[in-house]
Amino acid sequence: MKRIAVFGGIYNNYLALEAALHDAHRRDVDAIFCLGDLGAFGPHPDRVFPLLGGHQVRCVQGNYDNSVGNGLADCQCGYTDPRDNHFARLSYAYTFANTSQANRAWLRGLPPQLRVQLGQYRVLMCHGSPRRTNEFLWESTTSSAFLEHLFDSHQADVILATHTGIKWHRALAPDRHFVNVGVLGRPENDGRTNVWYAIISLSGGISVEFVPVDYDHERLAAEMRAENLPAEFVETVLTGWWTTCLEVLPAKERKRGRH
Amino acid sequence: MMVLPMVTLNHLDDLWFQVAGTWCNLTCQHCFISCSPHNRNFGFLDLATVERYLHESVALGVKEYYFTGGEPFLNRDMTAILERTLDFGPATVLTNGTVLQSAWLERLRTAESKSPYCLEFRVSMDGFTAKENDPVRGDGTFERILAGVRLLLEYGFLPILTVTRTRDEQEDAELFAGFVRLLKANGYANPRIKILPTLRIGAEAERCRGYADTERVTSEMLDGHDQNQLLCSHARMVTDRGVYVCPILIETPAARLGTTLGESLRPFAINQSACYTCWQYGALCANVDPEAQG
Ligand SMILES: [Fe+2]
Repeated sequence: MKRIAVFGGIYNNYLALEAALHDAHRRDVDAIFCLGDLGAFGPHPDRVFPLLGGHQVRCVQGNYDNSVGNGLADCQCGYTDPRDNHFARLSYAYTFANTSQANRAWLRGLPPQLRVQLGQYRVLMCHGSPRRTNEFLWESTTSSAFLEHLFDSHQADVILATHTGIKWHRALAPDRHFVNVGVLGRPENDGRTNVWYAIISLSGGISVEFVPVDYDHERLAAEMRAENLPAEFVETVLTGWWTTCLEVLPAKERKRGRH
Repeated sequence: MMVLPMVTLNHLDDLWFQVAGTWCNLTCQHCFISCSPHNRNFGFLDLATVERYLHESVALGVKEYYFTGGEPFLNRDMTAILERTLDFGPATVLTNGTVLQSAWLERLRTAESKSPYCLEFRVSMDGFTAKENDPVRGDGTFERILAGVRLLLEYGFLPILTVTRTRDEQEDAELFAGFVRLLKANGYANPRIKILPTLRIGAEAERCRGYADTERVTSEMLDGHDQNQLLCSHARMVTDRGVYVCPILIETPAARLGTTLGESLRPFAINQSACYTCWQYGALCANVDPEAQG
């Protein structure tokens, strides 16, 4: 294995998923991985599953997948802001109601982690962090000392994660890499409508490339409206700015957004 | 024989500094360590001392640093301490917002913009009107805190307003909405607000009530309990008198675990009275609830 495509946070956005899969094949990857959170936010949850199956995408279980798969009462979102809570509930109820029994069972069986070898690099794939599915690792609130601890305690040279919704990469000496691969489900709060995934490849050392994915976001917005999903979610798809679930953003990441 | 409710440190995620000791320019009625202008029980930490612990923390893989008091900005090394900390990791400072100066914020804005890490300010308030806030925090503090918030905004910071719940839990939504209105009116377009439970020790024990004898954590109560919710499973507190298990128990002698971080990594029995609130609500001291998910 020399070149892999890795994405996370599909959030029901099957249109972005289709576009990303097409893009990854064009780049001649050896394998494709998904780091979890298939549901939430967007329309028609069941349209994601055949795409993942049809393209032999290997998946890690995200917190959303764990909730939907095990029929939990909510997404375990635990927001303290009442507005965030309100939207989190709507989003979860819709996704849960529209995910088939068979797909829920499939989500339930997903592994919390995957490991692959890229040349001499031990690559560990997880959802939030290697120690906890729902841990947020933001660029501005994760010290390098803590990353060193993760590399040491999990015997990995490269750690790939998602969950926060905003991509980042930090290289540590001598040759360790933490990569948040971003999400396909919604834009990353930068005023652009595209979403992101990552290509990790061997070329001498490890190279990390973030790939912007344009997709038919207007069609997604129209389908979200037709499904009566909140106007606030539609606005994010159309403008590229997050409108909900902002309380988890650290100040540095929050300042880059509009809301 | 009674089995003690022992909590093991999973990993030292959060390193706290009692950077202003118990010195505070305010005397809040609900303060859980009774800080005031007269309480010299714990003293300031200077830059050299903080640096020594920062260096020790690297090998332990600490993720974030927190600074509290008393009022941290009474410590004249405070700006330099935060500047230095941002070389190591993200920093959060818990301030009452009443003594902030432009020159310090100017330096801190520069330090944060050069660092990959975040500098968070948490400012405490107790009501969205002077009538509610001032009886708890002192006369005139409402306006002084708001002036501090406006100054932070002017320097590009987005303070998290922490509100100690002094009324019924059911009124949270109303409390939240009141703060949103107040802060928007003060130029904070998208205010960040966190509501905290009170701890019934220190001054708060006299204002409201202390803990009942039945409000103690037992080892049975730890069965099936998510220990990530307990600060002592992932944090330690540096003071001028040694390293303590958490920010809440610095006035409890049994909570002093050693002089170095290394010595402080051992398990702790959470049979102190305030441990009950931590067990009940969890995550009292983090910026974000560890259970919050996206
Ligand atoms: Fe997630």
